[in-house]
Amino acid sequence: MKKKFKVGKIIVALLALIWLAIAGAPFYFMVASAFKEQFEIFTTGVFAIPKGLYLQNFHKVIEGDFYKYLFNSIFVVGVSLVLILFTSLFASYPFSRFKFKLNKPLFGIIVAAMAVPIHVTLIPVFQLTQKLNLYDTIFALIGPYTAFNLPISVFILTGFMAQIPKELEESAEIDGCGKYRTFFNIIAPLSKPGLATLAIYNSVNMWNEFSFALVLTQSQKSRTLPLSIWEYQGQYNANIPMIMAVLTLCALPMILAFAIGQDKLIKGMMAGAVKG
Amino acid sequence: MQATRSLSEYRKRSTLTATTVFLLPVFFFILIFIIYPIIDSFWLSLHEWNGITSGKAFLGLENWKTLLGDKIFFKAFLNNMIIVVLSIAIQLPIAMAIAFLLDTGGKKLNFLKMIYFLPMLMSSVAVGFLFKYTYDPQFGLISAVDTMLGGQGMVDVLGDPHRAIFGVIAVICWQFIPFYMVYFLAALSSLPVEIYEASIIDGASHSQYFWRVALPSMKGTIKSAAVLSLVGSLKYFDLIYVMTQGGPDGATELMATYMYKNAFTIGKMGYGATVASGMFIIITVISLVTLRVINGKEEA
Repeated sequence: MKKKFKVGKIIVALLALIWLAIAGAPFYFMVASAFKEQFEIFTTGVFAIPKGLYLQNFHKVIEGDFYKYLFNSIFVVGVSLVLILFTSLFASYPFSRFKFKLNKPLFGIIVAAMAVPIHVTLIPVFQLTQKLNLYDTIFALIGPYTAFNLPISVFILTGFMAQIPKELEESAEIDGCGKYRTFFNIIAPLSKPGLATLAIYNSVNMWNEFSFALVLTQSQKSRTLPLSIWEYQGQYNANIPMIMAVLTLCALPMILAFAIGQDKLIKGMMAGAVKG
Repeated sequence: MQATRSLSEYRKRSTLTATTVFLLPVFFFILIFIIYPIIDSFWLSLHEWNGITSGKAFLGLENWKTLLGDKIFFKAFLNNMIIVVLSIAIQLPIAMAIAFLLDTGGKKLNFLKMIYFLPMLMSSVAVGFLFKYTYDPQFGLISAVDTMLGGQGMVDVLGDPHRAIFGVIAVICWQFIPFYMVYFLAALSSLPVEIYEASIIDGASHSQYFWRVALPSMKGTIKSAAVLSLVGSLKYFDLIYVMTQGGPDGATELMATYMYKNAFTIGKMGYGATVASGMFIIITVISLVTLRVINGKEEA
C-alpha cells in the first residue's frame, strides 16, 4: 500500500515539473526574446538568456502608435465598464427583490442571453454599426461590449444581492424610505464587493476581446491593443524579438495587475464560471 | 377597508414603475445587440447579399439547402467536435491532477500556482501569435527541442494538414488548463477539512483520499467544468483565426472561422449569416441536450 502511495506521489511531482516547463517555456520564450537583438536568437539559440538588457525593441514599439492603442483600449474598457456596472446594478435590484409576474420569464431571457455565441450577431451588428456611422471608430465597440457582458453580470449580481438581508430594507421602508432611496442608500452601497468582482471579470474580458474589435474596426487609429499586434506584425514580420516585445508589452498590464492583487484577480476572473 | 386596498394597489403600481425603470437599460442593450441581431441573422440567411450594395436578393431556403450539403461546414463542425472531446479529455484530468497537487501542497506551492496561472493572463491573440512563433519550423521552440533531442529540427506543425489540428488543440489546452485548475482548486479547498482528517485517521493514503473521497464529492464541479468546456469549444474562434485562419487546406476550419470568412473575407454576407444561424442552432441544441442529460442524471 505504502509503495503505491509513493509511486503516485512521484508521478504527481513529475507532472508538476513537466507542467512547470510547459506553462513557463513559451512565456520565457516571449520575455527573453523581447530583450534580444533581431539576429541573436539565430546565433545563440532560443533558450539562451539574452546577452544583455537590449531595450531597443521596446523603444521602437513605444515610438510607434503604442500609446494610441493603449488609449483606445483603456477608453473602450472604461466606458463600457461604467455602463455595465450601472446597468447591472439597476437590473439586479428588481430581479432579486421585487415580486412581479414577469420576474422569472425576464430573468430567463437574461440567462438565455448568457449562452448566445457572439458570432451569430457579428454580421447584423456590423451592419448596424455602419448604419449608425460608427464603423471603424472605437465607439462602435462600446455597445456590443456592454451588451454581451451584461447578462452574466446581472446574473452574478442578482445572486449577490439576494444574499443581502431583507430586514434592512424593510426597516427602511417602515421609516418611509421609497424604492429609489432604498436602492441608492442601502442596496447600492452594500453591493460594492459584488461590483468589484464584476469590474475585474469584465475588464479582463474586454481588455482581451478580439472578435468585435476585428470586425468593427479597420484602420490603425481605432484598433485596440489586442488588434495592434496585427499592425506590428505587418511592420516587423521577420523580426521575432520585435513581435515578442509587442506581446510582452500587451501582456504587461495584466501581469502587473496579477502581481499587485493576484488573489482578487483570480477570484474575479473565475466569476464567470457559473453553472450554465 | 377601502383605504388598505388602495394602499396595496398603490404599492403594487409603484413597484411596477420602479421595476420598469430599473430594467429598461439592460433590456435596451440586450434587445439591440443580442435579440435583434439573432433575428436579423436568420432573416439575412434567406438572402443573397454582398454586404456593399443595398440590394438584397431574396433566396428563400436556398442558402440553407447549400449549408446542409456543404462539406466544408460539415468538416468545420467535425473539427469543433474534435476540440470538444479532446479539450474535455485532456484539460480536465490534467487540471484536476495539478489542482490536487496544489491543494495538498498548501502554501509552499504558491509560487507554482502563480506560474501555472500565467497563460490565463494573455489574450487569445497574444497566445496565438506567441505559438505561431513557437511552432515556427526554423526558429521556434518545438524545432529547438527536436534538435536538442537529436532530431533534424524544422518540425512543421501548423503547415501540416494532419498535425495542424492537434497543434492548435495543444495551445488551447495550454491556455485553458489554468482556468480549470483554479476552478477545481477552489472546489477542493472548500471540501471540509474534517473529511480529509477523518479519512487519514481511518488509514487512507493520499491517493485513496483523492479517488474515493475528494473526486466523488466533486462530481457537480466536474460536470460544470465539462459543460463550460463544451460550450466554449463550440464557439471557438480567436486563437484559430490568429494561428491558422482555418488552414492548411481547411484542416483547422471551425464553424466560427468559416462564418467569418464567408461574411467578411469573400463578402458572402447572406451565406455567412446562414452559417452563423446554423451554428447558433447547433450550439443551442447541443447545450440543451447536455444540460438535460446532466441534470436528469443528478436527480436519478
